[in-house]
Amino acid sequence: MSVARLPTGGQVGRDRTLRFSFDGKSYEGLQGDTLASALLANGVHLVGRSFKYHRPRGIMTAGPEEPSALVTVRRDAARSTPNLRATQVELYDGLCAVSQNRWPSLRFDLGRLTELFSPLLPAGFYYKTFMWPRTAWHQLYEPLIRRMAGLGEAPLLPDPDRYAQQHAHCEVLVVGAGPAGLAAALAASRSGARVILCDERPRFGGSLLCDDRSRIDGLAATEWVTAAIAELAQNPRVRLLPRTTAFGYFPHNHLGLSERITDHLAEPPAGLARERLWQVRAQQVVLATGSIEQPLVFPGNDRPGVMLAGAALRYLKEQAVMPGRRVVIVTICDSAYRVAFEMQAAGARVAAIIDLRPDPSPAQPDGWQQRLRQAGIAVETAARVLRTRGRGHVSAVEIGRLDAAGLPTGQRSIDCDLLLVAGGFVPSVHLFSQSRGKLRYDEALQTYLPGDSAESERSAGACRGLLSGLAAALQDGAAAGAAAANASGCAGEEPRFEIIEDSTAATAGRLPRAEAAVSGPKAFVDFQHDVMLKDLDLAMREGFRSIEHIKRYTTTGMATDQGKTSNVNALHHAARGLGKPVPSVGLTTFRMPYTPITFASFAGQARGEIFDPVRRTPMHGWAVRQGAVFEDVGMWKRARFFPRSGEDMHAAVARECRAVREGCGVFDASTLGKIVVAGPGATAFMDRFYVNDWSKLAVGRCKYGVLLRDDGFVYDDGVVARLAEDRFHVTTTTGGAARVLAMMEDYRQTEWTDLDVWLTSTTEQWAVIAVQGPRARELLAPLVDGLDISAAALPHMAVVHGTLRGMPMMLFRVSFTGELGFEVNVPSDQGAAALDAICEAGKALGLTPYGTETMHVLRAEKGFIIIGQDTDGTVTPDDVGLTWAIGKAKPDFVGKRALARPAMHAPDRKQLVGLLTRDPRVVLEEGAQVVDVPGQAPPMKLIGHVTSSYASATLGRSIALAVVAGGRARIGQTLHVPMPGGEIPVEVCAPVFYDPKGARLNV
Amino acid sequence: MLLIRCPHCGERPEPEFAYGGEAHIARPADPAAVSDDDWAAYLYLRTNAKGVHAERWRHTRGCGRFFNALRDTTTDRFIATYKSGEKRPEGLR
Ligand SMILES: [Zn+2]
Repeated sequence: MSVARLPTGGQVGRDRTLRFSFDGKSYEGLQGDTLASALLANGVHLVGRSFKYHRPRGIMTAGPEEPSALVTVRRDAARSTPNLRATQVELYDGLCAVSQNRWPSLRFDLGRLTELFSPLLPAGFYYKTFMWPRTAWHQLYEPLIRRMAGLGEAPLLPDPDRYAQQHAHCEVLVVGAGPAGLAAALAASRSGARVILCDERPRFGGSLLCDDRSRIDGLAATEWVTAAIAELAQNPRVRLLPRTTAFGYFPHNHLGLSERITDHLAEPPAGLARERLWQVRAQQVVLATGSIEQPLVFPGNDRPGVMLAGAALRYLKEQAVMPGRRVVIVTICDSAYRVAFEMQAAGARVAAIIDLRPDPSPAQPDGWQQRLRQAGIAVETAARVLRTRGRGHVSAVEIGRLDAAGLPTGQRSIDCDLLLVAGGFVPSVHLFSQSRGKLRYDEALQTYLPGDSAESERSAGACRGLLSGLAAALQDGAAAGAAAANASGCAGEEPRFEIIEDSTAATAGRLPRAEAAVSGPKAFVDFQHDVMLKDLDLAMREGFRSIEHIKRYTTTGMATDQGKTSNVNALHHAARGLGKPVPSVGLTTFRMPYTPITFASFAGQARGEIFDPVRRTPMHGWAVRQGAVFEDVGMWKRARFFPRSGEDMHAAVARECRAVREGCGVFDASTLGKIVVAGPGATAFMDRFYVNDWSKLAVGRCKYGVLLRDDGFVYDDGVVARLAEDRFHVTTTTGGAARVLAMMEDYRQTEWTDLDVWLTSTTEQWAVIAVQGPRARELLAPLVDGLDISAAALPHMAVVHGTLRGMPMMLFRVSFTGELGFEVNVPSDQGAAALDAICEAGKALGLTPYGTETMHVLRAEKGFIIIGQDTDGTVTPDDVGLTWAIGKAKPDFVGKRALARPAMHAPDRKQLVGLLTRDPRVVLEEGAQVVDVPGQAPPMKLIGHVTSSYASATLGRSIALAVVAGGRARIGQTLHVPMPGGEIPVEVCAPVFYDPKGARLNV
Repeated sequence: MLLIRCPHCGERPEPEFAYGGEAHIARPADPAAVSDDDWAAYLYLRTNAKGVHAERWRHTRGCGRFFNALRDTTTDRFIATYKSGEKRPEGLR
């Protein structure tokens, strides 16, 4: 039998022992233990080292609020979870846990030396000590701090487990399955409402699980819990979710729940998800989240063996673990007395109750004083713990009183091996606050309670301040459950319970929170972040007045526990120090998650291959077979280049460019956005939307369209074909397809409701195969089933319908390369077959596949812009030389009015020009800045930047496009591109480097 | 995640929608007749309401239609949604 386990009692399975290890040492526990209760049963109190000072820390609580007992649980190299609260880790056979933040071992930790330097680590030390010199931060301070201050380590291997996600809808979601939550769920479910009841603990029942004296409806409390669960479980409209933390309350009653499915199992079945993330949309929410007991602040309050009184009661009643034999209890409220009675009854010696209140008895139930006398428990009133003693573990407390000047008097020492602390219960308003409900300060409880709701939500039981007694919580829960059911349209009735209450279970009484803290060395407020009372004092001395600022400066409440055991004490101390009432000091914000949630549960199935959708063209397999190197363009995979053996990108692109200029190349252009604009109003719509004049465009002809926003800046471009009088085939940039269609819909639906026109995305209807180069016609002519594609029949910028080896085809004579070119459009499912036919026919002509990189070089040689590369949302048509595209006679089009503003014609606007480096081998960097006066010291006067830059195989030299202030007037001038290696002289030229007259197009 | 009632489809979760900025800002019928300042105001000036705000939404991943909504920007509560072209409902706070 473990040293601290009682021979009987508790709710643990005693038929089998579970073996587990902590820091390599083997121990035994029981089914129903948490790691914390099992360690305490084995007499292990030292479980971790603190974040900043590496002070030894023990188990302070029994729940999610635990600030200190953080451990790593390891199943294997990849399944290692850091920073788990030992108080929430369910024990299983073979569990392996290790402590954190210690080196080389927990007992002998060199990091403890930092405590010697603690005067150097005051509040705000991040902001002060390490400001200067800058290099020392990277080389010295940060590595040092990272080694010495920290929590657990994340595993380096990918997470091998599966994580599920599920959406759920219900009339009533009840968060918390303590007395109030169970009563709410019973009331709501009896109305026929769909109910979801979740609780973070493995068993429902909450505080009833450690109450073996109260009776409900004639049953012992735990039996009543069993009966309530049975009733709920057999109702098909009720979903029970134990081990499920409601961690986030999002707008419109959307709550995030994290269900732990396998973490408590010794051998999780293969294929079972480790966790499930629930997204619940509830018509009504009942918050029954209970309350959290607070510690007290005094010197040495962090020593192992100091524990919250309510936590000790839970260990005693739930796991039959007595965490100490000689107990001192320090309290500011009545809850400690019940714990004293129970500890004493279970065999511990309660040496004293130290009650801060001068006369606690008037508010206490009759008979307490007699019971205390019978049990031989001495009560010291108006007293406090002045400090604790002990090496590693508490061995004695020094108690005394404070005189009017705040100086200690009447000190004496009491030996003990367990110091229980009862700082009063604070309603757990985290989720209420997350829901943006307004908190109000309650003077009696000296804490914040739920006020006005922002959502369809109600709080019930302890979380709304009903801290005194079971009957109040149960009946409040029942009322809330019935009201929630009614509000969701079901007929809820409030059940009445017959309750015989444990007379000692009162938890409140007067709460002298403000005077409770005792200053002195090592008086901790935030145990996880090692923030002491004196740090708060320092922050206030330095002028911080708002609790939000004090919090950030001292980092109190900013650890992974979000201050569940520190915010209230910090707030009261700050209010006292500033001489202001608590509500005027403010309240820090509660944020999701309530307790830490794994990243993996948010990711769910969206990992690896399916992290993000991938779009592949119908000819993707062909490109793979051709050895393409792909690049991501939006969600698309596009072939960037097709290296042959031994080629790097530069060589491959040079070869592909030559093939297109001298023979013919083939390119997959399927990703181009395609929108059909059709209907009687189609021409008017196009005239209003694009800058161009569409009325004169003949059916069967194409035009380069330019789209502006109404602010006058270029937004998209693309070739538009008129397929019929009332039908346009619009192409957009690959990345712009969705936003152009959205913008069209906006104007169509909300501005131009007079137009009868409809818009259809056809991007994925068509596979587009660009065949480009002087031999393109020669290649295609035999394939198009007798269609005349001669220069006379199908001139540049024309479109014709036909067939390609029997496949339906729209054939565009268009070119983004400057060469004779065609774009073969066939239905997507025939794209691969069409491409195979083209490639087969192209063998004799040396048809060469080319990718997006070659496409970029070829278009840059011709000065064709790429939206988003040569433009950036501040570029007018004139800036990039597209004024010619504007239909000037049109009274209006999107962007026309803005173009009339004087600033849009300023002569020093940045204009698109070409740049030729003096040394033809030098390729400028895209994004490099351009200056006109060489030799400037920084900051230089910048007049533009390089937008596109390539090595041109065709021209045998580098070329670049740039936007330069007043650029067109500078053609012929020499400018400079300052780079780390020196300034690069460049000559400004027109932005068309190859075939400026377009002779190669019109053949 | 907001729950938004499309006037054409009913309540749907926020990811089905795209926000469309402030509502009831009509593009001037004759832009040429508008001064530079007024055009700039049309383009850029918005009320940035704290409280009830009339705004456009589009049910992008549903019916595809634009509609208008009154939303309290301090609470995210939707007070009303109504079809494009309909008048802003009066008297709602
Ligand atoms: Zn809709």
